[in-house]
Amino acid sequence: MPNVPDLKFSDVVPEPDERSVIDDLVSVPPIEEKGERWVLGGIARGQEARHLLLPGLHALQDTRGWISPGGLNYLAEKLQIPIAEAYGVATFYDLFQFEQPDTEGPLHHVCVDPICEMGNSASYIAELRSKGHRVHESPCLGQCERPPAAFVQIKGGDNRDMTEATGRSIRIATADPKRLLRRITEMQDIDLESYERHGGYQALRLAIQEGGARVIEMLKESGLTGRGGAAFPTGIKWEAVARQETSTKYVVANADESEPGTFKDRVILENDPFALIEAMTIAGISTGCEKGWIYIRGEYTTATRRLEAAIDEAALAGRLGQGILGTSFRFDLEIRCGAGAYICGEETSLFNSIEGYRGEPRSKPPYPTDSGLFGQPTIINNPETFLNVLEILTYGVDSYRSTGTPESPGTKLFCLSGDVAEPGLYEAEFGITLRELLARAGGGVGELQAVLLGGAAGTFVDSRHLEIPLTFEDVRAHDMTLGSGAVMVFSTKVNLPSVLARFAKFFRDESCGQCVPCRIGTVRQHEVLTQISRRGQSPDRNELLHDIATVMTDSSICGLGQTAASAVQSAIRLGLLEKSDT
Amino acid sequence: MTLTASEQIPISLNGKSGTVQSGATILEAAREMGVEIPTLCWASNLTPANACRLCVVELEGSRTLVPACSRVCEPGSVINTESERVALNRKMVLELLDSTNDLSESPELQALIDHYGADASRYDEPSTMKDDIKVEDDLFIRAYDRCVLCYKCVDACGDEAQFTFAISMAGRGFETRVSTEFETPLPESACVYCGNCVGVCPTNALQFKAEFDLRQGDDWDPQRQTSTSTICSYCGVGCTLDIHTQDNEIFKVTSPSDHSVTAGHLCIKGRFGWQYVQPPTRRPSSPDMSS
Ligand SMILES: Cc1cc2nc3c(=O)[nH]c(=O)nc-3n(C[C@H](O)[C@H](O)[C@H](O)COP(=O)(O)O)c2cc1C
Ligand code: SF4
Ligand code: SF4
Ligand code: FES
Repeated sequence: MPNVPDLKFSDVVPEPDERSVIDDLVSVPPIEEKGERWVLGGIARGQEARHLLLPGLHALQDTRGWISPGGLNYLAEKLQIPIAEAYGVATFYDLFQFEQPDTEGPLHHVCVDPICEMGNSASYIAELRSKGHRVHESPCLGQCERPPAAFVQIKGGDNRDMTEATGRSIRIATADPKRLLRRITEMQDIDLESYERHGGYQALRLAIQEGGARVIEMLKESGLTGRGGAAFPTGIKWEAVARQETSTKYVVANADESEPGTFKDRVILENDPFALIEAMTIAGISTGCEKGWIYIRGEYTTATRRLEAAIDEAALAGRLGQGILGTSFRFDLEIRCGAGAYICGEETSLFNSIEGYRGEPRSKPPYPTDSGLFGQPTIINNPETFLNVLEILTYGVDSYRSTGTPESPGTKLFCLSGDVAEPGLYEAEFGITLRELLARAGGGVGELQAVLLGGAAGTFVDSRHLEIPLTFEDVRAHDMTLGSGAVMVFSTKVNLPSVLARFAKFFRDESCGQCVPCRIGTVRQHEVLTQISRRGQSPDRNELLHDIATVMTDSSICGLGQTAASAVQSAIRLGLLEKSDT
Repeated sequence: MTLTASEQIPISLNGKSGTVQSGATILEAAREMGVEIPTLCWASNLTPANACRLCVVELEGSRTLVPACSRVCEPGSVINTESERVALNRKMVLELLDSTNDLSESPELQALIDHYGADASRYDEPSTMKDDIKVEDDLFIRAYDRCVLCYKCVDACGDEAQFTFAISMAGRGFETRVSTEFETPLPESACVYCGNCVGVCPTNALQFKAEFDLRQGDDWDPQRQTSTSTICSYCGVGCTLDIHTQDNEIFKVTSPSDHSVTAGHLCIKGRFGWQYVQPPTRRPSSPDMSS
């Protein structure tokens, strides 16, 4: 009797190369052979292996340069995922194509967000097109210090960002005393030996010696807050997970970095990958998590390769796996690559993406510390947050708190881009003023019009705000945000209304589409701003923008919709749109 | 403090204090206290999708508004369902929908649009949810220009009722659509024609073909319609069927969503197997009725 699985798949078959990449990735035998049925083995199988959906989609895309019906059908059947759902997941991401391209040549993703537009992305795109290349106009690629930024998708999977081509020419400036970027500025090689010579793995040894409870105590005493945007106290997060008594819990690094103007995590991962590995291991052994996941932006190919190599090296040297540094602790790390979706940086959306579902944010509560990845208690932190953990353990709480201010201790990474003399990554003590920060980057180019702090979801400031100390408490008091640490500088040469329209387009394109206020609100905001940038302001357009902003901010499910009007509204408050009337 | 299911907890709603069962959502609490909150993506027989945000209310201590349909009351919750802020947000949700979708066959939404004063004409040439009507079989049609992406049909087809998973949300953002894989026509997809998606659709985006034909022929007339309750005779489960007719001709079959056996969901036989009482002109044909 033939066994018919309960899920219906289609009859289209994969090409041999598609079949073989999927067979390599998914080792379970096809479900018919065992005679399992969906309701018995299938549901369990589907849940167990579903996290392989995203890697499987990457494998198909890399192999043929698109995802064919036959390839998708084969992958879905092997994983026992309903084919319509697999399609729904695949079409969520920008890096997957569903029509066979007419040429085998690479697909150039070129950033068209404001900083790269100021850096002449338009002429670069024209040049590529004139040479017959395929071009996709991309949102910010996290390489804002070297515009115009590009990322090339190549059939066969040898995708490339610009790091290898441009080398380490980016300006990286550390604070005094040297902190988070110390190793990056001093290390010659990116390997374990070099990492340990520059102080690597001291913090883990200390954590083992002191025990998890003390590590968490130190984090709480240090006053460290999350650097991914929300500034949540890290010690409290770790403590909440440490207290959970379930046996399976996870540590996740959120390296999806896609906030326009932000590139700090890329620089960290490319140049100091062992630091992230060590800090995640500390989180694991201190809170009882044996497995960690690193979710890294799909366009960060250099960072991914270096991180993979570092994980392999750390595992070989007994720094990962069973019996870390001779103890009985176990900790393993797995990488997942995103596929072009800003929203997957939102923590619950990121969990869904790893689990093989559409990257739609979940409704909170429950919070990740109660129910995160695979429904288990989860610590999720930004790479910069993890780097701070190493500093706190290595130098002690007092030394850590001796920099910055009592409410914002330590240092912060700032990504300077746009109209500054030396764009790059700058580490500075909390409390530095914007004027001082710009001075460190050689000052502005041209006459300053405005600075966008914190990325597209951030706030505009202008010359009236240059003396405000950059600390969490000071920016909050002025209705500003530090957000991701992006500092985008716009001189008077820039047409700000069109910059705003472009950021509005970014949110329109990146909304997951789940909730009405954001799915439609971001579209209407973009439409109205486009009209304003062409025809100037009017009282009813401003009122409309205000009403749209209200519903997005108040009623959206997640931070994307809730901040999608933040930059626009701050620009209106500063009167930056008024200069548009032409 | 751990709460047991039967415990009553105190809350305050629109300035009035009351007690509700612990675990109750704000929506349930409000209804118990006689306060109406509009909903769109919520349904009594599905897990809340939280997507439309029409039900938002103010909850003291929360920076943003919260969805009443899924937010659970906590002891001492202070809730306001009627403030100006709530009204503006609901008006905007309705206005955004009305500027995007054809809501002409959604009388409840029309009434809410009037009530909250939503004015879609404020938008200049708004992009809309354009889509051609999909007529692929004799049983039901899909007109996604009316679709508000409430997730109900996807959930009813999937693990909330039917476990067939023929449709999913596909694409992202404003381009999101309910779709089969690669937009395969329904008859070639995994669809089993239970019609449960049609049963839950709040905007008539999914519509029984017989109703569609009447509306297309300008012959749709609620005045001439009646509904008769009966028990399905195909098997022994005992599903209640509501047979909807116009001039004694069946145009749709539903089941009450609070029915203990069906929760509103049926199979192809109960939903479409009525051709033996009906002249052959509107006979369902293509799908396989044997399963
Ligand atoms: C739309 C959106 C995108 C986000 N992207 C990122 C990101 O790329 N990296 C990140 O660390 N946090 C991002 N976040 C914040 C995360 O949800 C989460 O707060 C953070 O990863 C927690 O880490 P932290 O406590 O170390 O900051 C994003 C949030 C939203 C709403
Ligand atoms: S706010 Fe936007 S991104 Fe967030 S859930 Fe809603 S639609 Fe998705
Ligand atoms: S088709 Fe109907 S039920 Fe399905 S998502 Fe759209 S409006 Fe909701
Ligand atoms: S009814 Fe509550 S969000 Fe839709």
